[in-house]
Amino acid sequence: MKARPLWMRRGLQMTMIALFIVSSRFGGKVGGAAVLAGDLSASRILGMVPLADPLAALQIFATGRLPGPDVLWGAALVMAIYSVIGGRVFCAWVCPVNIVSDAAGWAHRRLGMRRGATIPRSTRWWVLGGSLVISAVMGLSAFEFVSPVGMVQRGLVFGGRAAAVAMGGIFLAEFLQLPGLWCSRLCPLGAFYSLVGRRAAWKIRYDPLSCTHCGECKVVCPEPQVLDLGAAALTGRVDSSDCTQCGRCTELCPEGSLMYAWRPPSVAAVSKEKS
Amino acid sequence: MAARSESRRGFLRGGLRGLGGALLAGAVWARWLQSESRAAPFALRPPGAVAEADFLAQCIKCGQCVQACPFDTLRLADLGDEIPLGTPFFVPREVPCYLCEDLPCVGACPSGALSPSVQDPAESRMGLAVLVDHETCLSYNGLRCEICFRQCPLTGTAITIENQARGRSRHALFLPQVHSEACTGCGVCEKVCPLDEAAIRVLPTELAQGKIGGHYELGTENPGPRGGFAEPDESRPGAAMDYLNSTGAEVEP
Repeated sequence: MKARPLWMRRGLQMTMIALFIVSSRFGGKVGGAAVLAGDLSASRILGMVPLADPLAALQIFATGRLPGPDVLWGAALVMAIYSVIGGRVFCAWVCPVNIVSDAAGWAHRRLGMRRGATIPRSTRWWVLGGSLVISAVMGLSAFEFVSPVGMVQRGLVFGGRAAAVAMGGIFLAEFLQLPGLWCSRLCPLGAFYSLVGRRAAWKIRYDPLSCTHCGECKVVCPEPQVLDLGAAALTGRVDSSDCTQCGRCTELCPEGSLMYAWRPPSVAAVSKEKS
Repeated sequence: MAARSESRRGFLRGGLRGLGGALLAGAVWARWLQSESRAAPFALRPPGAVAEADFLAQCIKCGQCVQACPFDTLRLADLGDEIPLGTPFFVPREVPCYLCEDLPCVGACPSGALSPSVQDPAESRMGLAVLVDHETCLSYNGLRCEICFRQCPLTGTAITIENQARGRSRHALFLPQVHSEACTGCGVCEKVCPLDEAAIRVLPTELAQGKIGGHYELGTENPGPRGGFAEPDESRPGAAMDYLNSTGAEVEP
């Protein structure tokens, strides 16, 4: 049986949250140090390796202050990891809001809801720019103060009503109005990770020779603009860093033309090999 | 030609609409931040917290201080706490800070919101205890309560007992007095106050303290910023009366 990316993604998302909860509420420790202390905004593995949200660190910079060393190193480490494996891998494989968004999208399609209000996909760039500008003007981390992503992931670890409100809000907005309204159109963290993953090594490989252009992939893709198959035929991969590498297309493609690949070779190289 | 100017007008209109929308959204966002951050003046922060404005900018809301606190004193603000969401605070009447020797909360903070320069728990300044209500304080009512004094982790320095003669009885009043130079704001006094509502409470320092202007000369027992009374200059008649005007005009002897 093929390992489905969907279940692997859910597994990783749940494991991260479970490690945070076990460390926070049930005293999960190894050798006296919490397994995974903190939450997704900043954490520490086994009391040693710091991790931090690079956008949160950037907002602290924008207020004219220097984040502490653990946030600096942690943010650098997280940036390094995602710049190799693909920035928006965070969105599809780690962020718990993705589960809410996917559930809302599934219900929206299942119940045949009509699309409601729409906003351009570029809005998230404005929100990203705004969160840095407003941080600088107000002297406060602008997005971190209002972030539904922060509320959800913090609430899962520490409890609280804010998480329920944020999850309910995102679910209703994406279910009633438009799937991906938050994740693909508004979230500045996703926009930021798009930038981080521009030169990632892990990509979706595209084989134009076997593709029959049936179009199934564009139906399931949460960011269908990344499946520009004309461009992908030239490079041999899905190049847009908006791609969250969720792997829905790889599961579904009847010809196996779309597949995960490490440093997918360009089409030119492939055809040379074959001749 | 007409079509071109039409589309140009459309482009301009669309651009202006977008800009207006962005500015409006930005203004609403900024205003929201402002009211959120104003909600904080009563928040008591963990030991070692930097000044509130810096704290709000610096804290990354990861909760590692909360997890490190062995007494569950600290918690993260949720909706309805009237404190910016996700920032750590404590309510002394529920659980005060017990001033752990190694300050695990400060050690856990990755962001610099809790300053690692505070290493001695006695140096932390979470707020200042204030005897807010003399009318209900049992000591002011002539009883020998003094629980706040005895339970204070810095008893005798942060809280002392001052005796005061009581007019209608031979017995003195034994009054607790807080000293800001030693009080850490840990809130143990507020926790142990036996009243239904505590008469002694921890307030953020800037709400609790006045400030003496630099131009006041206080008595010798409590020298002011300029060091109290000057010694009279006996070489010059009249100078003893004149110390306050040492830079001013001569006064007739």
